[in-house]
Amino acid sequence: MNTEILKLLETDSKLSVKDIADMLGLDEEKVAADIKAMEDKKVICGYHTMIDWDKVAEEKVTALIEIKVTPQRGQGFDKIAERIYNFEEVSAVYLMAGAFDFTVILQGKTLKEVSMFVSNKLAVMETVVSTSTNFVLKKYKDHGIIFDVEKKDERLAIIP
Amino acid sequence: MRNPLSKTIQDIKPSGIRKFFDIVSEMPEAISLGVGEPDFDTPWHIREEGIYSLEKGRTFYTSNSGLLELREEICKWYKRKYGVDYDYRHEALLTVGGSEGIDVALRAMLDPGDEVIIPEPCYVSYVPCVELAGGVPVTIELKNENEFRLTPEELLAAITDKTKILILAYPSNPTGAIMTKEDLAPIADICKEKDIFVISDEIYSELTYGGYTHCTIGSFPGMKERTIIINGFSKAYAMTGWRLGYALAPQVIAEQMTKVHQFAIMCAPTTSQYAAISAIKEGDKDIEKMRESYDKRRHFLLKAFEEMGLPCFEPKGAFYMFPCIKEFGITSDEFATRLLQEEKLAVVPGTAFGDCGEGFLRISYAYSIDELREAMGRIERFITRLREKNA
Repeated sequence: MNTEILKLLETDSKLSVKDIADMLGLDEEKVAADIKAMEDKKVICGYHTMIDWDKVAEEKVTALIEIKVTPQRGQGFDKIAERIYNFEEVSAVYLMAGAFDFTVILQGKTLKEVSMFVSNKLAVMETVVSTSTNFVLKKYKDHGIIFDVEKKDERLAIIP
Repeated sequence: MRNPLSKTIQDIKPSGIRKFFDIVSEMPEAISLGVGEPDFDTPWHIREEGIYSLEKGRTFYTSNSGLLELREEICKWYKRKYGVDYDYRHEALLTVGGSEGIDVALRAMLDPGDEVIIPEPCYVSYVPCVELAGGVPVTIELKNENEFRLTPEELLAAITDKTKILILAYPSNPTGAIMTKEDLAPIADICKEKDIFVISDEIYSELTYGGYTHCTIGSFPGMKERTIIINGFSKAYAMTGWRLGYALAPQVIAEQMTKVHQFAIMCAPTTSQYAAISAIKEGDKDIEKMRESYDKRRHFLLKAFEEMGLPCFEPKGAFYMFPCIKEFGITSDEFATRLLQEEKLAVVPGTAFGDCGEGFLRISYAYSIDELREAMGRIERFITRLREKNA
């Protein structure tokens, strides 16, 4: 496993194999093989694009749903999580320590879609004790990327 | 009216990069690889500490030498990193950038006619600062084949009975060269034997690559007494605009440097000093992050130069490459001027850092990979045209 390659890809998945090889002083073949191996092992789980959906101007929201559940004997939380994460509209599911059990994140849905999903799919599950739905008003930073700040090089052009 | 100017200042040449600066400023679409400062913002915890100090109303002078806590942390840090022990009460001085440290050291140490040995190519301020302090600069021409390290033979050849100081600046701006412990040992011996002091400008000390770490000449036995360490926060913590550096020197020198500093400056900026406490105490991880990033760009440029056949020794420090352009048969100045006009890419001709920089360019890699990729494309187009014409 090559964490240097991972660190580069994590911030820019569009980097070419050649760029990565040049930046790390490695052979292209070696880098390509390492990436392939990490993809096969699911260390690299995908290459996604960071999108500021607010700029797309549709009425889409991001919802964080807190869920309390009663774990079933012999099944624990994993089985319940599976029933939740298999819904394709769910973008993330986390098991939590604290006042509730799961955080479920829905992204890029309309208000109506979120409320239908919570009331028709989540709340009715027998293990679910309660749900609390929170909506994101504005995203400032996501995955380490600060939104909406244009960065200009303000250095003087030539400095000794 | 009589001439308002001193002979000394009139004899000092203006900086060779002024011309390029003026052209680039008129060229918004130009890319510049001419910047000698980090492209990172100062890490937030440091900025936050500066903001907090302003909120608390810490807007007064500090003592001339600087905040006691900061001096103490600097000395602890320096001991931990480079193994030399300085007494923070008497041997440390906060300055307005490393630049001021060089100036006050020279002014505290030189009498008229004293010679200062300056290996070139080097940072632009050493020669003028020596002249302003009444000293006589004696330059040494460092060699590409020695990877721009100072050799004992070169040093010995430059020493006269008037030699008082050697200015040693590694990792080097503009060459990116470093000097290892083995390289420094004979230099230290000569300095002791010939009774020469060393001003060691270590502003790029944190930026070394390829498994090398910085070694200070002050760490050799008998050298602390004759070494003035100049360092600062600009390059290591991306704090250029804060204007904060420091000098570590034996008490007898530090006291007189403080005298010059006290009358010229009073004290280094208070806000910057408070922010710097956070840098020196909690900044190791920031340095490492930036260093790793520079190293990737260094590799990227080395590979690009190799592919276009532009000879360049592998620099192990700072964030500069110093490729050789002698094959094209034009001066550094002409090369840089035409590169700017024809491809809108600004670099600094090697001659800005001393006459012996002729035939070289300084290329900074304190830029994003995207910018570097675009810039390498432009330089490759340019040299391909030159080669076709020369063929």
